[in-house]
Amino acid sequence: MSDRAMSVVRAGALTTVQDRGRPGHAHLGVPRSGALDGPAAALVNRLVGNPPDAAVLETTLTGCALAPRSDVTVAVGGAPCRVTVGGRPAAWGAPVRVPAGAVLDVGPAIRGVRGYVAVSGGIVVEAVLGSRSTDLLSGLGPPPLTDGTVLPLGRERPPHARVDAAPQPAPPAELVLRVTLGPRDDWFTPDALRAFTARTFHVSSASNRIGLRTEGPVLERARGGELASEGMVLGAVQVPPAGRPVVFLADHPTTGGYPVIGVVRRADLPAAAQAAPGTPVRFVAVRRR
Amino acid sequence: MRILPVGDDALLVEVASRAEAEALHAELVRRREAGLLGAREIVPAARTVLLDGLAHPGRVASELAAAHVPPAPPREREVVEIPTRYDGPDLGEVAALWGVPEREVARIHAAAEFRVAFCGFAPGFGYLTGLPARYDVPRRAAPRTAVPAGSVALAGPYTGVYPRASPGGWQLIGTTEAVLWDHTRVPAALLSPGTRVRFVPEDGA
Repeated sequence: MSDRAMSVVRAGALTTVQDRGRPGHAHLGVPRSGALDGPAAALVNRLVGNPPDAAVLETTLTGCALAPRSDVTVAVGGAPCRVTVGGRPAAWGAPVRVPAGAVLDVGPAIRGVRGYVAVSGGIVVEAVLGSRSTDLLSGLGPPPLTDGTVLPLGRERPPHARVDAAPQPAPPAELVLRVTLGPRDDWFTPDALRAFTARTFHVSSASNRIGLRTEGPVLERARGGELASEGMVLGAVQVPPAGRPVVFLADHPTTGGYPVIGVVRRADLPAAAQAAPGTPVRFVAVRRR
Repeated sequence: MRILPVGDDALLVEVASRAEAEALHAELVRRREAGLLGAREIVPAARTVLLDGLAHPGRVASELAAAHVPPAPPREREVVEIPTRYDGPDLGEVAALWGVPEREVARIHAAAEFRVAFCGFAPGFGYLTGLPARYDVPRRAAPRTAVPAGSVALAGPYTGVYPRASPGGWQLIGTTEAVLWDHTRVPAALLSPGTRVRFVPEDGA
């Protein structure tokens, strides 16, 4: 293997390779996948001179540590955290040079959940259906990182623009998700619809890349019986029989059999990716654009 | 036909039957291939077709409301044959539900011609219809934590083949060596919506 590679010293709780995902194959049961906080992934790519679709690492709560085999430029963004290179403090949210063999340590999230690590040249693991994303639901793409994993890197490119640092949105203290009702809001009682858009839920610790699970009021159905399986979209708020809404994130199944009470605006999903367990969640009904 | 908006850029089109859903799916794919419909995803399901990634969902909705959907065209594609050993652990239970001897299950199942109504659950997993309604079976009361890859299984009106090992609650009637999903192959999925399928009993089964 060439020296354009880096080894994983500490994989962290869950670190995956992500790009912009593999849309267009839902009819075959293939989830879209891709970085949960797309704007953060695009920003760290820009900081190291990568195109926006280059593959990055997505960390979960506990960060990770990496040792490149050649000098590389990296940028860490998304959830704020301590960054060190060879044990010395380094910048977060800015390009950082890591010499060959030195360890880049991406610390646990101080706030938020998902960190993003871009490496100049991108991570060039084998693409599956046009994407290098790890898909935890269907197992496509590279498996989550483990200690000792070696990741191949692409050829380094000079940054497009000299940027020292870039502002990034702070993880939300309260998650406000704009939602358009339907397509199956008529499966719920008027009380349930009121509770859905007026009460406060909390992010459940059972949340993952498939869905943001919530705790809070139980949404009761107006009609029983089973819904025949139907196509699901990113941001769909599905309500299983227990009555707790689940917001479908990037690795969501492409079809499902529980009614969707509403759909969260695409622009609000990156914040959902950064909402830690316990964060209050409010669903605000908005009109369709 | 009922057209339900889904979020800002998707539509769920609901029809009365599986046959209508299949016809609608075929028509929507035809329109996309002819450049008449810009949709990122066209996802057929049991009674619906989802159109996702529409630039002008309102316009598409009014076009669809006025559209004539011809019955699904006869398939010219050849039949995909899936060599199957009818040796699943639920063969006895299915035979009891059908009220036939065990070896009849293989004969009845292999006599039917199936079509992939839609996919989902896992890449390469197709929901195949083709058995007469009297052979519908319920899911198992307790799902298995691990169903081996290649398991041929029944649930409700559907037959499916597990592309890889996973948990599952379907009734297992057989196994196949056929590769349902291989991302290095073109196409990666052996079965896609509309594919005709036959299960061919292997000798000695």
